[in-house]
Amino acid sequence: MGTIVEQESPAGDGVASPPRPNRTRRAIRERRMRRRSLAIAAFSTAAVAAALVLLVPMAPGWDKVRTVFFNWEVMAKTFPKLLSAFTVDIMIFAWSAPIIAVWGLVIALFRDARSPALFPLRLFAIAYNDIFRGVPVILVIYLIGFGVPGLGLPRPWNSPYLWGTVALVLSYSAYVAEVYRTGIDSIHESQRSAAKSLGLTQADIMRYVILPQAIRRVIPANMNNFISLQKDVALLSFIGPIEVLRQAGVQKSLLANFTPYLGAAIIFLAVTIPATRLADHLIARQNRARS
Amino acid sequence: MATKLQLLNVRKSFGALTVCRDISLTVDQGQMVCLIGASGSGKSTLLRCCNLLEPVDDGQILLDGADITDPEIDPVPIRQRIGMVFQSYNLFPHMTVIENVLLAPRRVFRQSREQLRDGAETLLRRFGLGDRMTHYPDQLSGGQQQRAAIVRALAMKPEIMLFDEITSALDPELVGEVLDAVRELKSEGMTMIMATHEMGFAREAADKVCFLDKGTIVEEAAPEAIFSAPARERTREFLRRVL
Ligand SMILES: Nc1ncnc2c1ncn2[C@@H]1O[C@H](COP(=O)(O)OP(=O)(O)O)[C@@H](O)[C@H]1O
Ligand SMILES: [Mg+2]
Repeated sequence: MGTIVEQESPAGDGVASPPRPNRTRRAIRERRMRRRSLAIAAFSTAAVAAALVLLVPMAPGWDKVRTVFFNWEVMAKTFPKLLSAFTVDIMIFAWSAPIIAVWGLVIALFRDARSPALFPLRLFAIAYNDIFRGVPVILVIYLIGFGVPGLGLPRPWNSPYLWGTVALVLSYSAYVAEVYRTGIDSIHESQRSAAKSLGLTQADIMRYVILPQAIRRVIPANMNNFISLQKDVALLSFIGPIEVLRQAGVQKSLLANFTPYLGAAIIFLAVTIPATRLADHLIARQNRARS
Repeated sequence: MATKLQLLNVRKSFGALTVCRDISLTVDQGQMVCLIGASGSGKSTLLRCCNLLEPVDDGQILLDGADITDPEIDPVPIRQRIGMVFQSYNLFPHMTVIENVLLAPRRVFRQSREQLRDGAETLLRRFGLGDRMTHYPDQLSGGQQQRAAIVRALAMKPEIMLFDEITSALDPELVGEVLDAVRELKSEGMTMIMATHEMGFAREAADKVCFLDKGTIVEEAAPEAIFSAPARERTREFLRRVL
């Protein structure tokens, strides 16, 4: 309850006093400071931009770089093709992501298995996480993407889409599993005690009490994993699928110009920047809610 | 009166720290036993041993004469018969009040929400939560949350209730409503063990008061005896500090 009464309210309690017209001296000072820092930031940004625009073209190789990397004609010609190739990236992402979300959860649960009978599962999960978090994604893609089709399997089973997806799922599930596990560990022991005291089984406690809270808590952290996944889908270009990076490479060779790579980068950024901002926003909101 | 719960030389340590030393206690059917004692004296641990949240190291706990500390038996069905309410409420924050209450009965009795809803709503209304059933725990006052936690435990139709300092986290003006809920249970003949710092309540409502110090029951007596004429010096000293 406030002890300093700023203004006597004639109508008694419960009536809000009107906003005071005079700002406090502190508010005025803070406003002035804010304006000043805004002005400084605007000025320095403009200065750096101007320097870049003026100085970079003075570099000896600029003309060549401009025609090879920033060629608008090439961009206009190839961008639609890149966009349609990007739908392949989106498709691969769309079917990998749910599988990763589920398989990652299974690994996390194996890892947390407490009963001695389930020890082999736990061991499996530990080894799985160590291996797939310790090996670069591209290596897993090479090994599986070239290795398995090399067995000479018949038609649907030699598809690079299939084995590329398997490689992504194997790698990313390990990261996602670790995130789930931090979520599970973050649920306070007292929740488990309360659930136990009601006579719920371990499985029910996990399913109804721990997981719903844990999964919600790690959504932002997992979003960062899935943003990485969206980018790493492009690595499948090395084993065959004509997705956006591969298409950019094809166009580069056809037109002897690197601008398609810039186009591909722009397409990725158009997806990843908003997603990253959303994840940051969710994390900030969660931190505020917890403090 | 029939003996409901009996502790025989219960011993419990955490590493080198012995928290319960040879504790023996008899709780009769319908009795209300209060545990008092300084913080760290082992009240919570003793209660947690009673519903097997902590395994005891030695000694026995008999529920209706049957040993429940036998390491061979499954603790889950035992816990279903013993309700517990915690100092920090421990409601499930992602569920509404009614969902909190229905979860355990649904899973344990294998009945549907529809079959259980009437009973749960009646219970919630009786404890003054009729208009809070679809609220989430963080939308309730501390007193309401604690009453919801009591109802959640009662929904399992327990034979005994364990209360661990259930009013210690509450603002003083909310303590009364929670103690009223306990009084109501007592009037119905519920068997209860309650760790508490509310000496006035213990004096008024308990059938028996146990003073714990450093993991032993130093004195065990009717409330009048222990509060007006404590037999032991350690009890006298403790009561001087808290009264
Ligand atoms: N899980 C645990 N691990 C280690 N020490 C514990 C644990 N639980 C309680 N203790 C210790 O046991 C002693 C008794 O604690 P507790 O039973 O909570 O007492 P009270 O409820 O009377 O305050 C304290 O010293 C406490 O630190
Ligand atoms: Mg305690």
